[in-house]
Amino acid sequence: MISRREFIQMGIAAGTLIGAGSSWTRLAAQQALTQDDLLQFDPLGNVTLLHITDCHAQLMPVYFREPTVNIGVGDFAGLPPHVTGKAFLQKYGIDPGTSGAYALTDQDFSALARTYGRVGGMDRLATLIKAIRAERPGKTLFFDGGDTWQGSLTSYRTRGEDMVRVMNALGTDAMTAHWEFTYGTDRVEELVSQLDFGFIAGNVVDTEWEEPVFEATTTFERGGAKIAVIGQAFPYTPVANPRYMIPDWSFGIREALVQERVDAARADGADLVVLLSHNGFDVDRKLASRVNGIDIVLTGHTHDALPAAVKVNRTLLIASGSHGKFLSRLDLDVRDGEMKGYRYKLIPVFSDVITPDPEMTDLITEIRAPYKAELETVLGQTGSTLYRRGNLNGTFDDVICDALMEQRDAEIALSPGFRWGASLLPGQDITVEDVHNMTSITYPATYRTPMSGELLKTILEDVADNLFNPDPYYQQGGDMVRVGGMGFTIDPAQEIGSRIGDMTLLRTGAPIDPKREYAVAGWASVNEGTEGPPIWDIVGAHIQAHGTVTAEPHDNVRLVGG
Amino acid sequence: MKLNRREALALGAGALFVTLTPFRGGALANTTDEEIKAFTGGATVMEDDVVSLTAPEIAENGNTVPIGVSIDSPMTADNYVKRVRILADGNPRPAVATMHFSPLSGSAEANTRMRLAKTQNIIAIAELSDGTYHMAKAAVKVTIGGCGG
Repeated sequence: MISRREFIQMGIAAGTLIGAGSSWTRLAAQQALTQDDLLQFDPLGNVTLLHITDCHAQLMPVYFREPTVNIGVGDFAGLPPHVTGKAFLQKYGIDPGTSGAYALTDQDFSALARTYGRVGGMDRLATLIKAIRAERPGKTLFFDGGDTWQGSLTSYRTRGEDMVRVMNALGTDAMTAHWEFTYGTDRVEELVSQLDFGFIAGNVVDTEWEEPVFEATTTFERGGAKIAVIGQAFPYTPVANPRYMIPDWSFGIREALVQERVDAARADGADLVVLLSHNGFDVDRKLASRVNGIDIVLTGHTHDALPAAVKVNRTLLIASGSHGKFLSRLDLDVRDGEMKGYRYKLIPVFSDVITPDPEMTDLITEIRAPYKAELETVLGQTGSTLYRRGNLNGTFDDVICDALMEQRDAEIALSPGFRWGASLLPGQDITVEDVHNMTSITYPATYRTPMSGELLKTILEDVADNLFNPDPYYQQGGDMVRVGGMGFTIDPAQEIGSRIGDMTLLRTGAPIDPKREYAVAGWASVNEGTEGPPIWDIVGAHIQAHGTVTAEPHDNVRLVGG
Repeated sequence: MKLNRREALALGAGALFVTLTPFRGGALANTTDEEIKAFTGGATVMEDDVVSLTAPEIAENGNTVPIGVSIDSPMTADNYVKRVRILADGNPRPAVATMHFSPLSGSAEANTRMRLAKTQNIIAIAELSDGTYHMAKAAVKVTIGGCGG
């Protein structure tokens, strides 16, 4: 249950446009919603924490569709963030058709997107952050939960440097990381040395002696309170991403180590202890129930956007979404070594109603200038909404899988279940930038290889267990692997080995034969030495060949059971 | 005095004696239950808080999984840890190592690395000087990887 006060805070964003149905014009909607509405906040206490996470290098405003399917398992079934669509609107008391419904759910997405426009953009974010800092001088801290240096053409070409410049300019106070590590050990060390703020990751140790690689904790004094912030990088980076790129670093949840760091911070006189985490929401929920003394967990990794804090014992969990779509503001009353009260608002960054910060606009323009022609190259158009986010499949993944099968002459395609990737609306041009926003990684080679039916089943079961293991500490991260050319059923409540059924080759309608070899194309292999053209070239060629691509949600992957 | 890790290990080497379980050429490997029975002589094993076992929830590299054991014991002449047996119940040969301690060890703590063929439980059993046996278990998942994010 959310309290009345929390509801009111949330309602500012969710309710501003109550009554704004589909008949409203975009202009009317934008007149109704203003920058001041977004910033409106009844201040509380002596400390303000601002948080973004998982922006995936999106400098420019984008569309981002929230998931239709987000299944919770075990003890967490049906709890936020495992609530979507209509159920989400009901739970948080948001009316359909409002800006809140548009920001937080998949409902009427493409129609509402035309009304309310794009979200995010680092120059818009800069405006909001500057305004809040001006309102709360000496009280404000701004944290970045990571997945910041990867996800766009400019971040790929500058090897993360564009984002380092932008995050320095935003006056970030600390960050933790995940995809940052996919630039490899040397580059990470180089970029960390360029930061004006702390890169904190207490759970990263060297593989030889298990000694800390980065700073674990950074301490601030704001509003007369001593604030300790502990960094927690994505625990399964060397499992989910290529380990060969960071061979000397070991990760893991390291719960006992987190407790040690919290105790040390308290012993050092911290009035407030914050975990800046890239664990993922369910891992943090479990961690908060087992580690004592954390006041706030700023969660990340799973891209969840929740308009109210989730309370676990005495710890508040904040979920700030992804892609620069939201800025979290958390006001705290910290006195006598204790958090006495809080007020929270998840601020949607509606690009069209926020005046861009001119300095940040200039910096972004400068960063993009060398790549402008390439970024803007139109490859074709989309006939349907293209998106990725969701547990099972996304329409942009269907385009990628079609591209892999056609361009590489394969019977089956596998595409990774990443959570990042901006959405496109029906009729929109698809540019090189858009394709990069869906595919830009440092290990982009597309492989083509024979796989037996048995191996395909093993892979699907393995990935399904990484998503649906009832113990979140055993979830490795990412959504289900996307599959083209093959249908199957999935029952999340089963154990590993029993979740996947009815595997069918769509080309012939025949059941997958465990003994037969199939021609499989895919990308983002974590194995060193994978060869093939980069995925963005494959997808680009496919879109150019078709002119217009269309992918409607389909039922090749069917959820069964519970 | 502040010791660095390398010096501490060098000192520790004198106090701790580790037997890596030898291969039994040709003979079939014992099952986990048989290994436990052989170690305890059939005595009751208590699954309590005496033994702490540290292992990753998901292995980063199944070929070299770091684990640590630490036993809550004063390590005095009349109350100390004698031996600790490490088993991996899903490996073709579950027996991994036996660590021998004495009151002179100072503390009963050890770290090692092991190879895990697949997802399985790591088991650590300690024999105390009072003749009791204590056990801790940790599940370690070995996964294909990829797709995260």
